[in-house]
Amino acid sequence: MTPTKKTAFLTPKEMIGFAILAALIFVVLPLALDTFRLNLFGKYLTYAFVAVGLVLCWGAGGILSLGQGVFFGLGGYCMAMFLKLEASTPENTAIQSTPGIPDFMDWNQITALPWWWEPFHSFGLTLIAIIAVPVVFAFIIAFAMFRRRVGGVYFAIITQAIAAILTILIIGQQGFTGGVNGITDLRTLHGWDIRTDEAKNILYFVNGILLFAVLFAAHYVRKSKLGRLLIAMRDQEDRVRFSGYDVASFKIFVFCLGAAFSAIGGAMFTLQVGFMSPTLVGIVPSIEMVIFCAVGGRLSIIGAVYGTLLVNFAKTTFSESFPEVWLLGLGALFIAVVMAFPRGLAGIWADWVEPRLSSLFSRKTGDDSTAAPKTPAE
Amino acid sequence: MFADYSMGELTAIFAMQGFAGLILFSVFVLMALGLAIIFGQMGVINMAHGEFMILGAYVTYLVSNVFSDYLPFLFSIYFFVAMALAFVVTGALGMFVEWAMIRHLYKRPLDTLLATWGLSLILQQIYRSVFGAREVGVTIPEWMMGSLPLTDMIEVPINGMFVMVLAVGISIAIYVLMFRSTWGKQVRAINQNRIMAGAVGINTEWTDRLTFGIGCGVAGVAGSAFTMIGSTGPTAGQLYIVDTFLVVVFGGAGSLLGTIASAFSISQAQSILEFFLSGSMAKVLTLLTVVGILMLRPQGLFALKLRK
Repeated sequence: MTPTKKTAFLTPKEMIGFAILAALIFVVLPLALDTFRLNLFGKYLTYAFVAVGLVLCWGAGGILSLGQGVFFGLGGYCMAMFLKLEASTPENTAIQSTPGIPDFMDWNQITALPWWWEPFHSFGLTLIAIIAVPVVFAFIIAFAMFRRRVGGVYFAIITQAIAAILTILIIGQQGFTGGVNGITDLRTLHGWDIRTDEAKNILYFVNGILLFAVLFAAHYVRKSKLGRLLIAMRDQEDRVRFSGYDVASFKIFVFCLGAAFSAIGGAMFTLQVGFMSPTLVGIVPSIEMVIFCAVGGRLSIIGAVYGTLLVNFAKTTFSESFPEVWLLGLGALFIAVVMAFPRGLAGIWADWVEPRLSSLFSRKTGDDSTAAPKTPAE
Repeated sequence: MFADYSMGELTAIFAMQGFAGLILFSVFVLMALGLAIIFGQMGVINMAHGEFMILGAYVTYLVSNVFSDYLPFLFSIYFFVAMALAFVVTGALGMFVEWAMIRHLYKRPLDTLLATWGLSLILQQIYRSVFGAREVGVTIPEWMMGSLPLTDMIEVPINGMFVMVLAVGISIAIYVLMFRSTWGKQVRAINQNRIMAGAVGINTEWTDRLTFGIGCGVAGVAGSAFTMIGSTGPTAGQLYIVDTFLVVVFGGAGSLLGTIASAFSISQAQSILEFFLSGSMAKVLTLLTVVGILMLRPQGLFALKLRK
């Protein structure tokens, strides 16, 4: 019967966890890697935005979305549309039959910019759209489903179907979306060339700072009453409902928050990698993003970042040298993480590393046996 | 949209598209029946369902090669041997998977989804290593080729007819199994109340394993039938999985009749739209409608009344 007491935003242990991650992202990686590899890690970190959103939705809230790629893609496409319009000035596209529209539209015999491309001439509107479009979309999905108390498996299947639909739509409407190649050949952001090494380094740090903003936001949600309610809903939804809470609103909120995180990641992906394509929207990338989160430990915000980095690093390494082993390895990883390590890296850390570390410290400082409850780092 | 066509042409278009829709309908029914058993009755999400179908297709491919090399005089009936073998092989693999993996995860349906996705990746890679990345096709026996002319404008392909007959036959077989056999009665009892079913002496573990096996076996037969109308590649299964799940969910999980009704409406809508729009837009519109209806009516077309 311990009353919930007001805890600090960051306990010392959590502070150390964030500090180590910050040191890794802002100091170790930039010093150890050349620009090409750093850009690659920057790309991985954009997936971590999605994984952190999934920690809240799935790990805490029990809502498994297999369509996070949709929001990642929408955010990325909004950014790509702005960059593409900037790259398609009448001077740059003078050889086209209709100068001033993106090249793929010209190839598909479209002679005027569609009306829904117009807002993306403005950077301010683009920034709003990057967040607003995916969140409104997420809200519509979540409102329709959670109000009718659809959850769990059905939600997963429907979100997966939405990911499939959006992919087919983008590929089918080649003239408006760039089709299967996506929106490519992006050059400048407000006249600033994003393809140079210097720009890539700067974008990596911007990405890192944004990621930390998202991490802290997620951490704040976890620590708040909302975070505790989410866990309660995951475990005993009916009891929370009978206690007078409006379960659906909380679910809608956390799903929209996850979508917003993913969208930021998608926009940063476009900036760093220089294109956006339907291969990042569909079923396969969406479900891979779930495995990043699961490997890190589905309840651990920091773990999600490590999980993303680890899986992607392994993917790049293996698929470069042994492409046929990689798919087997990824499949085995899915099965292993579900059957043997449901709490992922964070679980391994909490069960194996931390007790040894704390026994090391307590031997030095005398008895400190009450210090470590089961999984505080989550 | 209709102004350019004469009345007779329009009738022919609708008849032909309707028939193409009927073939698509048979394909959907075959794909969805196995899943309707596994997902509808057991509540297990098997993301590797498509790969089980592909396994059936590869078994058919192997059998057809064996027959054409060693038993050419029996080649015209190899397909029936292949179907039986496809059922046995995929069913056995299904029972093994249930024993090794699924049974540990019944309490965690979302985790089953991830684990079976992993299984699907592994199976895909195995197919690619064994059969190569290219699509393979089987030689169709003589009597299945060609088409039957109904009028001078309407023709029906024989292999399509065969797939339709097969779909009807398997549907009837499953209906009989589900509603007339001891096994079916046990499955439905477990679906309604697992604990009470166990208490009255039903071996729930064994029934689960058998159910999963039969569901996978039906998927294998479906894959076997697909070789008659198309070729098989290692990743073909992934293309089917979303359609299949939507068919089952749209029909109302747990209702076989619902599965067939939803397969019919989805396939007809898609193939008629396909004539007037591009293929991808027809698919997008159909799927969007299905998702939209599911958002308004999450229990699907035919919902069983169950006390949860």
